[in-house]
Amino acid sequence: MRAVMEQVKTLQETILLEMNHIKKGFPGVQALKDVSLQVKTGEVHALLGENGAGKSTLIKILGGIYTLDEGNISIMGNPVEIQNVQDAQKHGISVIHQELVLVPHMTVSENIFLGREPVKAGMVNFQAMNSSAQELLESFDLDIKPDDRIGSLTIAEQQMVEVIKALSFNSRILVMDEPTSSLSDKEVNFLFDTIRKLKKNGVGIIYISHRMMELNQISDRITVIRDGEYIGTKETQCTSSDELIAMMVGRTLTKYYTRTFNTPREKVLEVAGLGNGKLLKDISFDLYKGEILGFAGLVGAGRSEIMKCIFGLDPITEGTILIEGKPVTIRSAEQAIRYGIALVPESRKKEALFPVQSVKFNITLRSLQKFIRGVFVNKEKELAVTREYVSSLSIKTPTIQQLVGNLSGGNQQKVVIGRWLATDPKVLILDEPTRGVDVGSKSEIYSIMNELAAKGVAIIMISSELPEVINMSDRVQVMCNGRISGCLSHAELSQERIMQLATQHAQQ
Amino acid sequence: MKNTKAATVKSAKAIPFYRIPGFGFVKENMGILIGFVILCVLLAILSPVFLAKNNILNVLRQVATNLYIACAMTMVIILGGIDLSVGSIIALSGVVTGGMIAFDGFSLTAAVAGGLIAGLAVGAFNGFVISKTTIPPFIVTLATMNIARGAAYVYTGGQPIRVMSDSFNFIGAGYLGEIPMPIIYLIIIVFISFLILSKSKLGRHIYAIGGNPQAAVFSGIKNSRVLFFAYTFSGLMAAIAGVVLASRMFSGQPTAGQGAEMDAIAAVVLGGTSMSGGLGKIGGTVIGALVIGVLSNGLNLLGINSFWQYIVKGVVILIAVYVDFIKKSGKKL
Repeated sequence: MRAVMEQVKTLQETILLEMNHIKKGFPGVQALKDVSLQVKTGEVHALLGENGAGKSTLIKILGGIYTLDEGNISIMGNPVEIQNVQDAQKHGISVIHQELVLVPHMTVSENIFLGREPVKAGMVNFQAMNSSAQELLESFDLDIKPDDRIGSLTIAEQQMVEVIKALSFNSRILVMDEPTSSLSDKEVNFLFDTIRKLKKNGVGIIYISHRMMELNQISDRITVIRDGEYIGTKETQCTSSDELIAMMVGRTLTKYYTRTFNTPREKVLEVAGLGNGKLLKDISFDLYKGEILGFAGLVGAGRSEIMKCIFGLDPITEGTILIEGKPVTIRSAEQAIRYGIALVPESRKKEALFPVQSVKFNITLRSLQKFIRGVFVNKEKELAVTREYVSSLSIKTPTIQQLVGNLSGGNQQKVVIGRWLATDPKVLILDEPTRGVDVGSKSEIYSIMNELAAKGVAIIMISSELPEVINMSDRVQVMCNGRISGCLSHAELSQERIMQLATQHAQQ
Repeated sequence: MKNTKAATVKSAKAIPFYRIPGFGFVKENMGILIGFVILCVLLAILSPVFLAKNNILNVLRQVATNLYIACAMTMVIILGGIDLSVGSIIALSGVVTGGMIAFDGFSLTAAVAGGLIAGLAVGAFNGFVISKTTIPPFIVTLATMNIARGAAYVYTGGQPIRVMSDSFNFIGAGYLGEIPMPIIYLIIIVFISFLILSKSKLGRHIYAIGGNPQAAVFSGIKNSRVLFFAYTFSGLMAAIAGVVLASRMFSGQPTAGQGAEMDAIAAVVLGGTSMSGGLGKIGGTVIGALVIGVLSNGLNLLGINSFWQYIVKGVVILIAVYVDFIKKSGKKL
């Protein structure tokens, strides 16, 4: 009925996809309790929800990776059954996953036609493959050649290749899962232009992102799901991010950023004239007990590199590091840990987590000495350590034996933070602590940071999210091209000031 | 907050359940254990001798040397590596021990120590190269496999070195009470390996490195030390197997231990350890080695031609790994 009424309302806006009352359970979890989603032709429909809300499960059902337990799916009003990926492709559904799934050593055209290469006389017809890839690339005005290796392209270009690959199946429905998480602003704009072109051609797009700003820019309607349940659908123009956040977390977040500023006195860490012979030159800064020192700057400005030097992962060629007034040489992470330094790295997946291991394993990895003496494991103590951080960081996990790979991004991040808190650090370095983390967990991580600072831990926070930097930091060091281009006190902080310092070299 | 409380309560309930001794072991190795039990029952029915005490000790003795190596191999494979040189180390340490007694007149203790040090040295070399470079372990140990085998041939001129000494023979063929010596070593080695992997910090570091080497570095783990340890340990275990075998055969033989690396790998894989690293247990490896041992013993008892035994072994490995694969992919979805 609804479909008919909509059709009457606007002839162009026919309902393309309907997913009704979808239910899906896994052993131990009911991932989707009752979720519905409706996408019109030429619409960008954002799917919003905290990590673990069931977005990926819903998408995986649509893409044929999971099959639904209950509910139905129809396309252009016709009920369809999606049992596997081939079914999904047949119905014109393509999914661009959050992690790129391209083969770096192969060419662009090989990647686009992977698994369905044109064949001539039993051999792959490279000519035909390259020329159709060429056509596709040209239709998007892309300056990429079909025989470029994927590995030689920028992330944004790779993302575009993914889009092209998805569309080369003649998709009517395109799902994009956090497509901008690794793109720069310029690249994001380019992606949005592409999305607008697709809209004109009547493709329906399901767009998943945590960035509210983006949703305002690109989406027509927004559907919010929470804990596997459908919460509501809003026209983007008639809603606010406050309203959406409240829908997502199920309560109004009165205070998103928690921060009580105190006057730091004791100097914990002093870095003077540090350089690594490559990017970094003349890096000097102080860090005080109980403060949060922000590090802002563009990607590649050298922020993470400094932290790797301080943490003993990369060698320094000049300069000194003083901890509590004493000069130290740090040659390995092990030494850094002994000096009370902890680093929560930028990439959870690559640099921090052991996904096939349990929450317990991941939390206790750095504090084994607390309960292992030789081969004697004090299990009570081990559990106590794990429980302490699971509860103090409110890590949501069914049991502490759960594999970390199965947790949501926000909870994974809390596990990593827990691992380092268990080492009782004096200096806690957080590199992009809220990247890929949902709004609720973000707010929780901020209050954890605030508590730690109040307890006297000195925190360094690298962040590319300016609101986060501005609201959380006592002071901010802005970096540009491997140097510190300025230090701003909390009172001086503004987006403009930071961006000005971060792009200094471009202006000169 | 509600959720957190619920989670804590749930986990509190779950703990005792996980802590029933042996429960985890049975659950993890369910597939292979069932196979093992069926195999034993079948053989017990088909052959009256199978369950005789002597036959069981015989099986264990045969399994023993494979398991020394397989225990260390479990660690190496969990680390995401492989050690192909162990078969050659068996030969090398055997001939070094034999040679030191027969050619140079060293005391038994010195000769055994010499044999063990030879294996340890090859293992340490593997470990050094693998931990300091990015050359794949497969290549490094393929090279040392050839070098060690070659060294054994060169040292002996290709001939077995006979050692007619009862005290030497006791190492591999003696008994402590009614238990053959190799089984005594076996129990010690399995126990130590279990402690290392399941109880020690080193063990956790092994799983960490195998699961995500970069994250291990970021966690302040010295990957190179752990790698060095694992390959050195592997060399030492192979050397122990070499000395035991030489002692049992009254001679150091340069042809000893051919294909031993593959038997060890088979035991590890049958035991459910992932070839891509990060997962695996000593308990599984023990069962894996027992399956291989019981299988060939059973086939012998049934009088099946040894040529056929290879085919059976291969098929069993395929079935076991396939069952494991089904189990794991089923879990993921």
